[in-house]
Amino acid sequence: MSGESTVEIGLLLPDVLGTYSDAGNATILAQRLRWRGIAAEIRTITARDVPPTSCAVYLLGGGEDTAQLFAADWLRRHDQLRRTLETRAVTLAVCAGLQILGRSMSDSKGQHYPGLDLLDITTAPGRQRAVGEVVATCAVPGVGSLTGFENHRGVTTLGSGTAPLGRVLTGTGNGTGEGTRYRGEGVLTERIIGTYLHGPVLARNPALADYILRQATGQTLAPLDLPDQAALRHTYLGRTSR
Amino acid sequence: MVVQTPGAGPVAMAPPGQLRLGWWTRAAVHAGLATAGLSRRLGLGAGSIIGGRVTLALDRHALRHLAAGRRVVLVSGTNGKTTTSHLVAAAVRTAGRVAHNAGGSNMADGAVAALAEARDTEYAVIEVDELHLAAVAEAVDPAVVVLLNLTRDQLDRATEVGAIASAVGRALARHPSTVVVANADDPMVVSAAALASRPIWVAAGASWLGDASSCPRCGQTLTFTEPGWQCACGLSRPTPDWWIEDSKVYTADAVLPLDIRLPGQVNRSNAAMALAAACAVGISADQAASALREVDVVAGRYAVVHRGGQDLRMLLAKNPAGWAGMLSMLSEPRPLLVIINAREADGRDTSWLWDVPFEHFGSRQVVASGERAADLGVRLSYAGLDHCTVADPLAALETLPPGQIDVVANYTAFHQFRRRLSREREATG
Repeated sequence: MSGESTVEIGLLLPDVLGTYSDAGNATILAQRLRWRGIAAEIRTITARDVPPTSCAVYLLGGGEDTAQLFAADWLRRHDQLRRTLETRAVTLAVCAGLQILGRSMSDSKGQHYPGLDLLDITTAPGRQRAVGEVVATCAVPGVGSLTGFENHRGVTTLGSGTAPLGRVLTGTGNGTGEGTRYRGEGVLTERIIGTYLHGPVLARNPALADYILRQATGQTLAPLDLPDQAALRHTYLGRTSR
Repeated sequence: MVVQTPGAGPVAMAPPGQLRLGWWTRAAVHAGLATAGLSRRLGLGAGSIIGGRVTLALDRHALRHLAAGRRVVLVSGTNGKTTTSHLVAAAVRTAGRVAHNAGGSNMADGAVAALAEARDTEYAVIEVDELHLAAVAEAVDPAVVVLLNLTRDQLDRATEVGAIASAVGRALARHPSTVVVANADDPMVVSAAALASRPIWVAAGASWLGDASSCPRCGQTLTFTEPGWQCACGLSRPTPDWWIEDSKVYTADAVLPLDIRLPGQVNRSNAAMALAAACAVGISADQAASALREVDVVAGRYAVVHRGGQDLRMLLAKNPAGWAGMLSMLSEPRPLLVIINAREADGRDTSWLWDVPFEHFGSRQVVASGERAADLGVRLSYAGLDHCTVADPLAALETLPPGQIDVVANYTAFHQFRRRLSREREATG
């Protein structure tokens, strides 16, 4: 129970990448720890701050194009944080946040911008914006179906050694693999969970939240029964929800 | 035929009632009005949207023709459009007849319907959805555009806020004779109105800057130093021409009382914007200020509905900024019924609920309701708010005690709930 050190959750650049309410993921992670008697603290890290490297989890959210390039630039300038994300912490990166962690991003004029190079992915604009509900089967054992709301124009191509977070059943996700049996959603590596899903994604997929917390703390976590959670999953997944 | 001289001040006016519409536009207007009447008789709704659509389908220039010769005020922004347009209309009505889309149908079809239903008015006050502002302004060549605020709302169909601000900016730049009454405290509005040639800056406040902490022009973080804000790129808060202190509005040469009946700081801001707009179309400031005092209910909002032993105060909030503006109105620890839908007009994505600071709602009895009651319920649990969840709002009322109750609903939930309450009243006689 108590006596253990506080788990810090780093909410990166909510002032820049806050367009899609992904900051809710920080609240969800912190509360799920507290409800289990584990002390948790959200560290809000704005563009003016020197980012701490002590957090167990870092979160990046979605944002608009100008803001995204500013965020990529800011992250590149903070090398110690970059090294923390690469070697120690667990990161959940959503939408623009996911794209930033890749090798490069390009805009509609074909201009390339460097990413943080933590993921072997590249992102280019698609023909049209992908807006709507997504259902995917999550590659993390025990998580089941992923539900979320996507709203992006990015088409993200994964390098051959990089695995997606899930397989799209409905919706667009990464936007690659059209016409094949496997259309991917997001990215999953040992330390980074990347996704296009808002909602926020952890509100709709509590098993993914607990996976992140287990990875970050090394602790086993007791199950939680939250009122309305089953009804929420049912809203978006229908009878197949688990 | 009305001849418009572009760029030469307010539109030269023909006397109202003497405008000649072409025979085809007249026929289109009659067809639209007939359809609207039929829709009303069949109990399908107010009929303004369907009527406006019929008119526009028959004559796609109907809006231009119907607006010609009138002094038009367009009211746009993310939050406060309906309330502010009611306030402007009340003020302008002291000087002459006004066509007004009072029900809040705020796309081109709603504007057409309002103008068709009141053909020979000198003035028109039209609430316009911010996504349709460019097109409507193009058609009606407004005397005044009121730009309240630009924040996130319905991202699923609106793309992103910055893109809306630049579209609005380009539209304003094409109307050099239009007076733009703009909120100096909203960086998105300022970036849009910076291109207007005749801006009037109102320090109307910004209740929520969650979308505006980075510069809409260059993406850098804005510096906020009371009362101003600025960016390294040069964008900054303009010096206001109108500002609010205590319960008064100030200009360089006047002080006006602002003792309105509508609640909350956000409505004092809306009233200041409305006063500036009314003055810009030539209404005397004193006359306008006393007209604003008469407004108490706006399209069902702020009304108190009696049901059984309960008094329901009806409030509408549909995004984080709207909720932020409402917090001061919810200060009393009354029980609270929140009704959330996610239909097209609401935005399909419910993520925005996570940017509403439910954590600050303290201890009061809360019921989560609506078609997205489960989304709301999960959000409230994580905010640490004890609540119960009852999807049907009328059933939800049964779980609350008699007395005063605050009801806050988003767009379609609000209208659905009002309709059900009034149907219930009709049924019980």
